[in-house]
Amino acid sequence: MTTNEPGPSPRRPRLDDVETALAELHRPAPPDLPSAVLRALGLADGYDRLPTPIGTVFAAWNGRGVSWIARAATPEAFEAEARSALGRPLAPAPLPTDLRRRLERRLAGDRRARVPVDLRGRTPFERAVLTKALEIPPGEVRPYAWIAAEIGRPKAVRAVGTALARNPVPLVVPCHRVVRADGHLGAYSLGGPETKRRLLAAEGADPDGLEALARAGIRFVGSRTTRIFCLPSCRTARRIAPRHRIPLRSSAEAAAMGLRPCRICRPRPLDGDAALGAHAALPPPWPGAARMPGP
Amino acid sequence: MVFHGLMEEHRPDHPLADHGGSHDGSHDGCPEPLAAALARNLDAAFERLVRDEIDRLFSIACRLLADERDAEEVAQDALVRAYRALAGFEPSRIEQLAVRPWLAAIVVNLARNRRRRTRTARRGGTPAPHPDQGRATPLPAPRAVPPGTTTPDPVDDDSVASPETVVLRREASAGWAALLAELPARYRLPLVLRYVGDLSTPEVAAALGRPEGTVKAQLHRGLRRLRAAYLATLAAQDPAPAGRAATAATNEETR
Repeated sequence: MTTNEPGPSPRRPRLDDVETALAELHRPAPPDLPSAVLRALGLADGYDRLPTPIGTVFAAWNGRGVSWIARAATPEAFEAEARSALGRPLAPAPLPTDLRRRLERRLAGDRRARVPVDLRGRTPFERAVLTKALEIPPGEVRPYAWIAAEIGRPKAVRAVGTALARNPVPLVVPCHRVVRADGHLGAYSLGGPETKRRLLAAEGADPDGLEALARAGIRFVGSRTTRIFCLPSCRTARRIAPRHRIPLRSSAEAAAMGLRPCRICRPRPLDGDAALGAHAALPPPWPGAARMPGP
Repeated sequence: MVFHGLMEEHRPDHPLADHGGSHDGSHDGCPEPLAAALARNLDAAFERLVRDEIDRLFSIACRLLADERDAEEVAQDALVRAYRALAGFEPSRIEQLAVRPWLAAIVVNLARNRRRRTRTARRGGTPAPHPDQGRATPLPAPRAVPPGTTTPDPVDDDSVASPETVVLRREASAGWAALLAELPARYRLPLVLRYVGDLSTPEVAAALGRPEGTVKAQLHRGLRRLRAAYLATLAAQDPAPAGRAATAATNEETR
């Protein structure tokens, strides 16, 4: 508000009037700008709908990456759940275009699409488990015990299961590709075992076949030609011709036949083996196995 | 100051309003609550900092840059950088920090860099025009603008004012913004920080790294220059603005 009356012949303004005119150049920032700043810093999250192979889910995100993925009946339900889990302000905001594109490519099975994830609030152990699970390719599965062995905590199999059950970003961190060694697909946080089966089938895995093998006690398959043995879902194992295929019950059996473990899927003595005392035959982990590329 | 109360309206929580100088190193008598809160728990207090300071930073950036989108980006970038810097500071250092001048200085630097970059990008061409240039309608002569030709500003807070008043005020503001944009930087910066950003004179001095006496003199001369520029615009206009406005109104009716 100015003190001098606007009119055809204004008087000479006082310096006070000029000060006031300048003060009126104060502009409120756009309403979303504070949230945008806090989101960029990871001090607040936005959330948006995300189409996936198992239907539309909700995804929360911030400047550090995707922070929470869940199914929910309503946006409000998701908001309540994610807010209490993340402990930060949360409000609807469209996924940034680049992040959305990466997510869509990733969920369509493109492993080269890098999706940043925000795993703050997870323990170092949980982070190790989730990061390891990120390595499992689409269409393949690994036992819980495999993750435990890979991260150097071979006895923490149950803890691995708990960490995966608390996976904040299912589908992006593919906890659906981690299964029980005894053949059951195991639980799945994003809608139960049936959803897990559906996801795996959509990725080209054969959940029924894998379950049948495991029920028959087959933990690994070896090749008569390459003298290598693999986890059954390993992409190299699936190329073994039926006549060269050796079903194996344990890594000890494989070692006895002179087979070496595949360097891609890195089969390990699993809990079943341990019960047989077979782990003594193969000192885990095999030297250099984790770093060597290719079979 | 006569219009002080009016400016306070924009931001009632003005802790340093009348004891400027409390920021210049010796803080003991008057601890700034925000700095203390930031020192204690950066993540929790930073949200408050953003909500308290973003309008000021955005307003300052708007007056230093040609484009409002640029101003938005600079305000956001400044806060992101501020957070990252604070995250690396010792709590004792945060506690001693004069937060508002420090933030203003970041915005001034980022805006300067951006202007420089824009200018380099357009080298050889015409300099980037300020958005307010060309429509330097000064305070009066408002009837030349039929109400409704300006898109209503959704963030304008004077919902009680008549549409005509709103248009008048916006026109007037655009005029002053254009005059301000043409001032030399040594006057423009202190004026923007002091009156648009509503910092105290000692805070402006701290933000610009100039002695307080210098800033005082620059503020005074800046205001006088601005007034002179305003009067010059008036004189350059039609000596009978009312007559021209009447013509415009007639044209409006016959259309």
